[in-house]
Amino acid sequence: MKLDRRGFFKIVGIGASAAVAGAPKTSHAWQSKAPPDPYGCLVDLTRCVGCRKCELACNEVNHLPEPAVRFDDLRVFDKARRPDEKAYTIVNRYHTGKRDDIDRMTPTFVKVQCMHCQDPACVSACIVGALTKKENGAVHYDVNKCIGCRYCMVACPFEIPAYEYLDPWTPKVQKCTFCYERISKAGGKPGCAATCPTEAITFGKRSTLLKMAHRRISENPAKYIDHVYGETEVGGTSWMYVSDVAFETVGFPAVPDKPMPKLSETVQHTFYTYLWSPAVLYAVLAGIMWRQSKKEKEA
Amino acid sequence: MHHETARPLNTPFWTPGVWVMLGFMLCGAGAVLARYIGGIGYVSNLTHARPWGIWIGIDVASGVALAAGGFTTAALAHIFGRHEYEPVVRPALLTAVLGYTFVVLGLMVDIGRTWAIWKPMIFWNFNSVLFEVGMCVMTYLTVLYIEFIPIAAERFGKTIPLLGRLNGLVGKIMGVFIVAGVVLSCMHQSSLGALLLVAPTKLHPLWYTPILPLLFLTSAFAVGYPMVIFETTIVTSSLRLDSEMKLLSRLSRFTVLLLGIYLALKIGDMIFRGTYAYLLDGTTQSNAFLVEVGLGVALPWILLWFPMVRTSRKSLFAVSTLIVFGVLLNRINVFLVGFSSPITHTRYFPAIGEILITAGLIASLMFIYRIVVTYLPVISAGKLEEVRP
Repeated sequence: MKLDRRGFFKIVGIGASAAVAGAPKTSHAWQSKAPPDPYGCLVDLTRCVGCRKCELACNEVNHLPEPAVRFDDLRVFDKARRPDEKAYTIVNRYHTGKRDDIDRMTPTFVKVQCMHCQDPACVSACIVGALTKKENGAVHYDVNKCIGCRYCMVACPFEIPAYEYLDPWTPKVQKCTFCYERISKAGGKPGCAATCPTEAITFGKRSTLLKMAHRRISENPAKYIDHVYGETEVGGTSWMYVSDVAFETVGFPAVPDKPMPKLSETVQHTFYTYLWSPAVLYAVLAGIMWRQSKKEKEA
Repeated sequence: MHHETARPLNTPFWTPGVWVMLGFMLCGAGAVLARYIGGIGYVSNLTHARPWGIWIGIDVASGVALAAGGFTTAALAHIFGRHEYEPVVRPALLTAVLGYTFVVLGLMVDIGRTWAIWKPMIFWNFNSVLFEVGMCVMTYLTVLYIEFIPIAAERFGKTIPLLGRLNGLVGKIMGVFIVAGVVLSCMHQSSLGALLLVAPTKLHPLWYTPILPLLFLTSAFAVGYPMVIFETTIVTSSLRLDSEMKLLSRLSRFTVLLLGIYLALKIGDMIFRGTYAYLLDGTTQSNAFLVEVGLGVALPWILLWFPMVRTSRKSLFAVSTLIVFGVLLNRINVFLVGFSSPITHTRYFPAIGEILITAGLIASLMFIYRIVVTYLPVISAGKLEEVRP
């Protein structure tokens, strides 16, 4: 016994009307969940001299293991490094062809750490919500919820979260914490920002830092390029950079201005708010099944 | 056509093939042991920049896609009332039960904190695509086991009274579970494709598209029946059973439509986004895409139009194999070949430990399939010597 054409379209028609009626009326335009007034850090690449004091401070305040190469050994710059599970921040050296007054090559040093995005991909991706964006700007990791799926690492456009791959049972995701505990206290600064001897890292409210960044650029337009990296990138980040060389020449990835989670969250919430689409599909299929078995009984 | 009702096969179990499977299982077990002693990093080539490898790309993503025969045959025979396809429903259901069980086992090896796998049930993140996939897979696996109860009860319902009573209980409302199984499948098959929407800078433009979830769903629809044909042909030849060709070649007609829809979406999406610009640039990614779509989708779709192909056992098997290969390669392309790390450009190739675990899981699946069809009423195809004495 086959389902005839008319019957089929009748059921699908009922389903479609139910879909229209059931679809949430407050049609869910995606909204940013960024905190309104977070802290941030502004890194001025023109001021960084590559002393690695920030790496040392980070290592000490976070009780990280001793590094393979001592913090005062500058040979470490010969190879580009990435932050990992044993070092939440690292400084890399780039030669962009820039030269000083007496024609010596001048390197550019770039500090790398978690950018603490305003709408972080990792936070959206995390299956258990172990990663959260705090009011003070920090992207915070709660190991007690983590199952180790590493979707945060897949999602991060800056390739930041690192994993303790050699721990067989209780590995953790490791990344810069923005010294969450320290900045939660009045007057507290992240370890790196507190120690920086050249004031290349400035800690403060993100809004204040943005003004400061644009003031530095406008007061010295010949020196700086007119771009604050992190102002609009991936919808904005808590860590931001100003520079005298193009960002793409010193290891910064080209990323869209659109927050990373926007598309996937829009898709998810369009179809799964109140589970309306599974419910409609269920009703249509159950309708077809019921009609079929009724016909078979009659036959 | 000689159709019996499904029955235990009771064929000799310890064939050479079974010993080979056992060998793979032992090697896999060794690698699993190493993973739980030395950590994921000890047996795999996974890195900070390439956190997902073949355990996710093959064991999970491809495993889920290739288990699609379960919900597509259930929908055809039980919801759309095409009872003539009943004989393939049980083997497809068994494949799905085992497929999803091994998806979960593969996941347990892959996640760093295996013992914490229950945590998504308590800690919910509705923004996470993976949360939706996880919940659906968990629920669907439960539904699959419920759908399997009647098969187990048919054989052991009298010897195990509890099983008999359970069967009586779920038997009355089985329709509820069958529809739920189809709905849950549509949900997570599509969401698997949505997993990478959060990483636009990492997935190659040939695959990164907002309709990725739709492509995953339609390819799951398309691969369901070819997978049934592929397996049935292997099982019936290796166990010397009737080939059930009449049923399979009829089943393949649906695939002309389903695969056609997938192909049209795939090509339409490429034209709409202008990504054909990448097609001939000679990179690994472009070539992988060409092989995937040309050899794995377009060629079998064209071949399926010929009645000669659909009615010949060998060519139908070959075409189904191509389609299965095409969808498998698609999942591998999306999760591995097309995935890059734009900052460090880290490459990934599976380590021997990863390959051994994946091979071990697949061998275990086949081993259990063999045990189940031997002792439980799953397969309906007549034995060759009975059909053609």
